[in-house]
Amino acid sequence: MSNQLDLECRQLVKSFGKFTAVDNVSLEIPKGSFFSILGPSGCGKTTLLRMLAGFIEPTAGDIVIKGNSMLGVPPNKRPVNMVFQHLALFPMMNVAENIGYGLRRRKIPQPEIDKRVADVLERVSLPDAGSKNVDQLSGGQRQRVAIARSLILEPAVLLLDEPLGALDLKLREHMKVELKQLQHEVGTTFVYITHDQSEALVMSDNVAVMNEGRFEQVGSPQDLYYNPQTAFVAGFVGDSNRWSGKIESVDGDQAMVALDEGGVIAAVSGTNSSMGLGDQVELFVRPEAITIERSTSSQDGAHIEDGKNTLTGVVENLLFDGANSRAQVRDQKTGHQVTVSLPQTGAFSDLVSGENLRLSWSVDKARSYVSSAAAKQEKAA
Amino acid sequence: MSSAEIAVSGTEQRSVIPTLKLGTFLLMLPLLLWLLLLIILPHVDLLIVSLREVLGYREYAFSLQNYAEFFTEPLYWNTFVRTAVMSILATIITLIVGFPVSYYIAKVMKGRKRNLLFIMCLIPFWVSELVRTFGWMILLRESGVLSSFIQWIGLVDGPVEFLYTDATLMVGLVYTSMLFMVVPLVSVLDTLDDSLIEAAYDLGGNTVSILREIVIPHAMPGIASGCIVVFMLTLGNYLTPTLLGGKDSLWFTEQIYNQFITRFNWESGSAFGFLLLFLSSAIVFVGLKLSRQTLADTVK
Amino acid sequence: MIPSLPQSKFSTRLYAAYITLFFIYLGAPLIVVGVFAFNDSLFPSMPWNGVTLDWFIGTEAPRLGVFNDSQLLESIGFSAFVAVCVTTLAVFVGTCNAFLFERHSFPGKNILYMFALMPLVIPGVILGISILIFTNSIANGVEDSLGWDLEILRPGLFIVIMGQFAFVTTITTLVISARLRKFDNSLEEAALNLGATKWEAVQTITLPFLKPAMIGAGIISFLMSFENFNTTLMLVGSDSPLTITMFDRLKQGSTPALNAVSLMLMIVSGALALFAVFVQRDKSNNEG
Repeated sequence: MSNQLDLECRQLVKSFGKFTAVDNVSLEIPKGSFFSILGPSGCGKTTLLRMLAGFIEPTAGDIVIKGNSMLGVPPNKRPVNMVFQHLALFPMMNVAENIGYGLRRRKIPQPEIDKRVADVLERVSLPDAGSKNVDQLSGGQRQRVAIARSLILEPAVLLLDEPLGALDLKLREHMKVELKQLQHEVGTTFVYITHDQSEALVMSDNVAVMNEGRFEQVGSPQDLYYNPQTAFVAGFVGDSNRWSGKIESVDGDQAMVALDEGGVIAAVSGTNSSMGLGDQVELFVRPEAITIERSTSSQDGAHIEDGKNTLTGVVENLLFDGANSRAQVRDQKTGHQVTVSLPQTGAFSDLVSGENLRLSWSVDKARSYVSSAAAKQEKAA
Repeated sequence: MSSAEIAVSGTEQRSVIPTLKLGTFLLMLPLLLWLLLLIILPHVDLLIVSLREVLGYREYAFSLQNYAEFFTEPLYWNTFVRTAVMSILATIITLIVGFPVSYYIAKVMKGRKRNLLFIMCLIPFWVSELVRTFGWMILLRESGVLSSFIQWIGLVDGPVEFLYTDATLMVGLVYTSMLFMVVPLVSVLDTLDDSLIEAAYDLGGNTVSILREIVIPHAMPGIASGCIVVFMLTLGNYLTPTLLGGKDSLWFTEQIYNQFITRFNWESGSAFGFLLLFLSSAIVFVGLKLSRQTLADTVK
Repeated sequence: MIPSLPQSKFSTRLYAAYITLFFIYLGAPLIVVGVFAFNDSLFPSMPWNGVTLDWFIGTEAPRLGVFNDSQLLESIGFSAFVAVCVTTLAVFVGTCNAFLFERHSFPGKNILYMFALMPLVIPGVILGISILIFTNSIANGVEDSLGWDLEILRPGLFIVIMGQFAFVTTITTLVISARLRKFDNSLEEAALNLGATKWEAVQTITLPFLKPAMIGAGIISFLMSFENFNTTLMLVGSDSPLTITMFDRLKQGSTPALNAVSLMLMIVSGALALFAVFVQRDKSNNEG
C-alpha cells in the first residue's frame, strides 16, 4: 500500500519564532492524483508547499517522497519540481532553453535534450514556440511553458503555487480545464495550492482545506461541499447562510436550535459527533437548498412547518447573474438577511424587490457545528 | 466624458502645438548653450589645436607633427599602452572584488541591514578622492601604519616602503573605483527575482551553474555599465598615479598635464588628449561588443 | 545563494568574512586620516606621540592649526564659492533638461540626449584642457580684434566654475529626470482640471514633487564641485580651491593640519551625503 503513495507528510510543523505557520500537518497523496490545498492567505499553505520543495526546513515531522525521507535533501536533489506563483521563467533564455534547463543540469547530451524539449512542447500544444522569447508569449502560453519546464524532468510530484492567480478571469477558467486535462494525460501527481475554492473544486481529486496552520478537512470536492466537517469548511467552501443559536432539544440525529435573534430552526449535526443540549452552535444553509414560493405574509420568523424549516421575508435585492442568479431576502421580524438561489427554470424571472417570499428547506440541509468559542470554553472548564 | 468632449480637447491640443514649440525651444536654450559652449566647441577647438604647429608668436600651420611625435617617442607610446593595460586590469579586479559584495548586499541581506550596508558602501566615496589617497599614503608609507604594524609583530626588522609600486597603485585605483562598480551591480541584482534562483535550483541547478546561466546574464547590463565607468575613471585618473605611483610610475594623464602646465606645449598636449579620448572610446566599444550590450542599455 | 536555499555553515561564514574584510578595506584609509589629525607629531605618520588639538587650534608655525591657517581658510572660501555657483547653475539647467527630455518631443532628441550624457565618459583632465583651450582662444580672439583683455576667461575661478558645471549638469539632469519620469501626469491634469494654469500646475504640483530630487541633486553637485580635482587642476589660476591647496601641500609633505582639514571635510561630506540619502529615502516612501 505505501508504495502507492507518492508523497507523505508526517506531523509536519514549522514555526517562525513564536508563530506556528504549519501546525502538525499529516497527509498522504496517492500516486497520480490531483491534490489541492485550499485556504485563505496566511493559512500556511505556501509555507507547506515550500517545505515540500525544500526551500524551508521543517521544525519537526517528516516528508516522505516515494518512500524516501526528504529531511536534509536540498531542493536541487529532490524528485519534486515547482511551478512558481509568477512562473519564474528565465528571461535570459528562449522557450526551448528554459525547458531544457533541468536536462542540461543532468548533463544529458544536447541532441537528446532537443528531442525531449520538442516532445514536451508538442504535449503542451506549443510545437513551434521553442525559439521564441519568453516575453513574446501570452499569459496562458507562459503558464504551459512553466509547467513543461518542470514536467520534462518527470518529477514524482509537481508542486504548483497558485500559478493561475496572475491570469484574467476568462483565461483562468480556461486554464483550469486545461490543467486538469494535462494532469490526467501525464499522470504525474500534482499538488496545487490556492485560495480560490473554484480552482480547487474543479480540478482536484482531493482537497485539503487549511486554516491557521492546520488541515480542517481532507476529502473529495463533493465531500467538502456537501459534508463539511467543521464550521470553517462550511463557511469557506461555497456560499452559505449562517445563523447562531443554542440547542434546545435533541431528537435522534435532529436538534431544535433556538436562534440568538429569535425563531427556531431544526438541524442535523455537521460533524459525526452527537449534539449536546445547551450547546452554542453555528448553523449553515446553502442558498440552493432553499425552496421559494410567493407569499402574502412577511411577519413570521424562522419556524417549523410540515416538517420543514420555514421563513418568510421581503425581497431586498435581486442579484441577476444568469444561471447563478440570487435574491437577498430580509426576515422582517429579526432583520436577518438570507440569500437564496433563483431556480434556473426562470420561474421567478419576474420577481421584483419588495415582494414577499416564503422560504423553506428540509431539516438535513441545515447543518450545525458547535461554535469554536463555546468549544474553547468547554475545554477550559 | 462624452465622445464630443474628447474630440474638442483633441482639436485644442492640435492648435496648441505652435506655442508649445516656442516653449520647447526656450527650455532647450540652457541645454544648447551648455553643450555647445562647454562640451562641443571646446573639443572641436582641442582637435584644431592638436592639428597645428607653432611657427611664431600666434602664428600656426596645419600639421600632423604632434601625432607623429607621439608615435615616434617610445616614452609616450609606452606610457599610453601601460595606462590602458593597467586600467583594464584595475577594471577587472574591481569587478571581481565588487561582485560578491554587491551580491551580498542585494540578495543575501534583507531590509534595514541591507540598507545600512549599502550606505556604508557609499559614504567613503562622498569623501574627496584626495583625502582617500592621503589615507592610503599614511597607511602604506615607510613611516606608515602598515610598516609599523609588521615591525611590531616581528615580521620584518626595519621599515618597509609600500608606496610607489604598481601593486599599491592598483590598490588605490580599485579603491577609488569601487563605488562605480557596486552601485550599478546592486541595482541590477536587486531586480533579479529570487524565485528565478529558486526555480533554477529546483530544476537541479547548483551555485556555479546558476551564477553562470542566471545571475551573470541578468547582471550583464550592470556589469557593462560598471566596467565602462570604472575604466573611464581609471584611465582619466591623475591623483592616484601621481601620489601613490611615484616618479617611475607613468600615467598618460600625467603626460598631458606635463605638456600643458610644465612644458606649455598645448599642441602636443591636445594631441595626447585626443588620443586618450580615442583610446577610451575604442576600448569601451570593444567591451560592449564582447559583452553584447549597447550604450543605451548601460545608461539605464 | 539566497537565504531560502540551504548552504553549509562554512561557506556562509567564509562569505561573511570576505564582506568584513571588504569593509575594513573601505574604512581603513578614512579612519587613519581622522585619527592622525590628533597625533602630537609634526608629520602625519607613525609613531604615535599622544593626543593634541594643535592641528585644529594651534596658532604658531610649525604647529599652525586649521582655524588659524589663513591660506587653508581662504581656499575653503574659494571652494565654497565655486560649489555654490556650480550647484545653482547645475540644478537649474538640470531641471530644464529633465522637463525637456521627459515632457517634450523634438527632432534630434536622441542625439542631444547622447551629447548630454557625454561628460560622463570624458576624462576630467581632458574636459579641463578642452575648456582651457577654448576660453583661451576666445580671450585671444577678443584681444586681437577688439583690444580688450578679458581677464575672466583666463585661468581662474570663473572657468573653474564653467568646467565643473560642464560635467555636474549631466548628473543633475539624470537625477531629476529619474524623479520626473515617476511623476503621474494625471496629477498635473487634475490641477488643470481644477482651474490651474499650466504654469501654476507645474509650480504647485510638479515642482514640489521634484523637490526631493532637486535637493538631492543639489547636494550631489555641491559635493562633486567641492571635491573635484582633475578638471579644477587644469583650469585653476592664482586663487586655488581647497583640493588644489591640499594637493600642493601633500606633495611637499605636510603637517597633520592636513589631516585636521580632511577630517572636517569627511564629517561635513558624510553628513551631507547622509542627508541626501535621507531625502531620497523620503522620496521612495512617498511612492510606496
